[in-house]
Amino acid sequence: MATAIDELVALPARQVARRERLRLLWHSPTFLLGLVVVAFWVLCALVGRLLVPHDPYLPDLLSRLKPPSAAHWFGTDDIGRDVFSRVIVGARGILTVAPLATLLGTVAGTSIGLVAGYFRGIVDEVLMRVVDAFLAVPVVITGMLGLVALGPSTATLILVIGFVFTPLIARTVRAAVLAEREMEYVQAGRLRKENALYMMFVEILPNVLGPVLVEFTVRLGYAIFATATLSFLGFGIQPPAADWGLNLHDQYIYLTGGLWWPVLFPALAIATLVVGVNLLADGLAQVYER
Amino acid sequence: MDSSKASNAGIARSVPPASVGEVRDSVLEVDDFRLAFQVRGRDRNAIRGVSFSVGRNDSYGLVGESGCGKSTVALAIVKYLPRNAHIQSGAIRVNGADVFQMGNAELRRLRATTVSMVYQNPGAALNPAIRVGDQVAETFRVSGSHRAEALARARAMLVKVQISDPDGVMRRYPHQLSGGMQQRVVIAMALAHNPALLILDEPTTGLDATVEAEVLDLIVALRKEFGISILLISHNLGLVARMCRRIGVLYAGRLVEEGSSDAVLSDPRHPYTVGLLRAVPRWGTSKSHGLLDTIPGLPPAIGANIPGCVFADRCGLVQDICQQQEPQLFELDGGRTSRCFFHEKAHLLPTVEAGPKIASRALAVGAPLVRVEHLSKTFRQDGHPVKGVVDVSLSIRPGEALGLVGESGSGKTTLARVLLGLTPPDAGATIDIEGKALRPQISDRPDDQIRALQMVFQNPGGSLNRRHSVRRIIGRALTRLIGLAGRAREQRILELAQSVRLDRALLDLWPVQLSGGLKQRVAIARAFAGEPRLVIADEPTSALDVSVQAAILNLLVKLQADKGVTYLFISHDLGVVRYLSDRIAVLYLGRLMEVGDAETVFQGPHHPYTEALLSAAPILKGETRERIRLHGEIPNASAPPSGCVFHTRCPRFIGDICVKEEPPLAEQEPGHFIRCHHPIEELRRMQRPAPAPATVPGEPSR
Repeated sequence: MATAIDELVALPARQVARRERLRLLWHSPTFLLGLVVVAFWVLCALVGRLLVPHDPYLPDLLSRLKPPSAAHWFGTDDIGRDVFSRVIVGARGILTVAPLATLLGTVAGTSIGLVAGYFRGIVDEVLMRVVDAFLAVPVVITGMLGLVALGPSTATLILVIGFVFTPLIARTVRAAVLAEREMEYVQAGRLRKENALYMMFVEILPNVLGPVLVEFTVRLGYAIFATATLSFLGFGIQPPAADWGLNLHDQYIYLTGGLWWPVLFPALAIATLVVGVNLLADGLAQVYER
Repeated sequence: MDSSKASNAGIARSVPPASVGEVRDSVLEVDDFRLAFQVRGRDRNAIRGVSFSVGRNDSYGLVGESGCGKSTVALAIVKYLPRNAHIQSGAIRVNGADVFQMGNAELRRLRATTVSMVYQNPGAALNPAIRVGDQVAETFRVSGSHRAEALARARAMLVKVQISDPDGVMRRYPHQLSGGMQQRVVIAMALAHNPALLILDEPTTGLDATVEAEVLDLIVALRKEFGISILLISHNLGLVARMCRRIGVLYAGRLVEEGSSDAVLSDPRHPYTVGLLRAVPRWGTSKSHGLLDTIPGLPPAIGANIPGCVFADRCGLVQDICQQQEPQLFELDGGRTSRCFFHEKAHLLPTVEAGPKIASRALAVGAPLVRVEHLSKTFRQDGHPVKGVVDVSLSIRPGEALGLVGESGSGKTTLARVLLGLTPPDAGATIDIEGKALRPQISDRPDDQIRALQMVFQNPGGSLNRRHSVRRIIGRALTRLIGLAGRAREQRILELAQSVRLDRALLDLWPVQLSGGLKQRVAIARAFAGEPRLVIADEPTSALDVSVQAAILNLLVKLQADKGVTYLFISHDLGVVRYLSDRIAVLYLGRLMEVGDAETVFQGPHHPYTEALLSAAPILKGETRERIRLHGEIPNASAPPSGCVFHTRCPRFIGDICVKEEPPLAEQEPGHFIRCHHPIEELRRMQRPAPAPATVPGEPSR
């Protein structure tokens, strides 16, 4: 029984990896700045209606295209709606579509990546060639085609953006799975004759969640951008929503007349949200891919 | 008293008279060096006072287990330390100049010309994108040689490190060279500027024993030729003892014992050294001689505050004074030092494992457990067939431990994978287990055959899912293999944990929280979950420290005695194979060269390849064997030599017959098969018998 004690002590120096990651995130200025920016916009999306000084949908034809002032901080748009209020409540549309679409793409992409990476061989070949084919077409073109075919609505927008992101995520996850399946614990699973679903989702998936999480945040940034782009092109969120992309679409003709405020502020909103999400992604990547 | 007199005599005999005590003109002096790593604003002690010196044209070995600070000392010599390293006190002088006082320019000069380093992994030390010739030449161009001149000097250097085809090697890229060749190239670069001191940090750890022996011979030869001083760092006591005149034993960042190699090995004066020496299976001993001794506990963590002796918590001779007061450096006869209050009676360290001798349960007669007939495995590589295993016929008896040895690339692991059903063999092979045919693919095997064959992997970190708790890892095996659930499963988990000496409190931890030895215990518990008949252990201890290895080997021996399981044990460490195995099978290029009882195979007469493998293994002392070196690398399996595949490297090469005709695997003695054209009597005449098992140093004479 002497060996019972010989290495019994769990090493105090080795803390649980998860706690260490949280600590690192908490000390990462990149991550924290991103968190503040994103948290601000999430707050606006959730309770924006309560925060705004004016009704964002109420036209006021007497004060059309007024420059920023004490009454209208960001000025008014072409039918006299308060730009500040519209920017604040506009967060909701984009922050509904983009995360849901990214989630959809992540779930689908992770599944495809797990299957391709785990089975390899012909399954991998077929799946990855399809993925390559989709990656060859620009995201916005695929998105527009999908939206035209299905008819624009928030649901189809989520579906279409999720769909176009699936191949990208599938490819990242596949690479992680290929490295992971060489680990000996996967062989140990085969020696127990585990079925493929168990191996993929119970054994391997938890070990590739790090890259999946990083990929999710990176894609979220792109999804925000894609949502705004499609809305700007008129295929996305439909009027009279206060959506940022849609606002740009409605107002950009006035730019030539020197009326910059109805365009600048929604554009800045998009920019800050994308940058915020990317800061989050960078912070996570630094911690997970050390 | 008797024994201490005897040991004094031993010292007097073993120390070269010229060097007693005095520090000669030394190349390297490390003087009370203390270093801490700053982690979150706190100093964590890593090196707690190390002093030694290396004389001109001398060789010094630094031994210790992982985490004891060996490499940190090496890197500190060239002041190549991470940014959070904080030198607390002491000095390191190279040729009399204090390294810590040097400016950047001086340091660069020191690293370029005075001190060279060779690291463990030669593949990573070479730039994969630059041809070998240009890379070696670059070291000369740095010092101002023209291109042509530098290339010529590079070629001369490669000749010096005994590379047989220097022009060919110079044109190649590093990845086209084998590990041994890469390490020669690295050594050539290290010697380019004729350094005063060459630091070798685990220079042969990733290499095969045969290649290791060649590289070590080379280092010895170069040391004589160039007159350089060597600092060799290794976890392997036998290797260091063979290579170095003096050795220092490092533990928890402190030099606990120092002296000439012979003296330290034959008469260790620190309990840690005694424990370390006892943990290694002595050359030629087997489990029938008794369990190995282990060192209980774990080394203190980096940063731990230790008021007394660093080894006190694990020492069997500990007294109150050891916990309270740091032992001073005791100067002993023969220029030796020990940091132990009780250095006089270090050899009285009580043994930890006082178990009964384990009798082998292998049955020589009766039906074999596993029978393999005409097993071949051909891989396809770029459209060419590569034979991994060729026509192996073998039977494994119930209850025995069959050791499988051979250099890397000899097909050991492939054979194991075929048995496990992870890789299907070529058509024509039959594998039976208990008389029933074993299907080639694991997916076709019935559940009882799945249960019958399990495996313990080399790397315990990789074989346990790091996102599953220990309880879940063991529990899942129970669920899958014998369909247990709920209470019954929990009960069985506890029993298994008990049988591998795993405290139940550890069941709720994750693998990252466990040390290597504990992880390997979990992996063993998992392998035993389904009451297997055959457990294949592929290098189960090669990733572990010596003292932990001893505990794991003991566990495997005890489990076999308790459960009557059969082992197929794969290892490159012949001492370990000998210790655990009842029979040994030797593979070369996928072919069985020799099979027989472990003792017979070790004692000889043996196949010339086995002879060379045994000769290459570093042993601790009493080396009376004739040294045989295999030259060159194991041939490419896609184009094996004609006739006897070993003829290209054979030290007992006869002539034409070896080139033209493949000898059969003939039963030369009862139960001893050798594939060689030499008749056994001829082999017996040529091979002197191996030395008898050496006595354990430091053990009280009975």
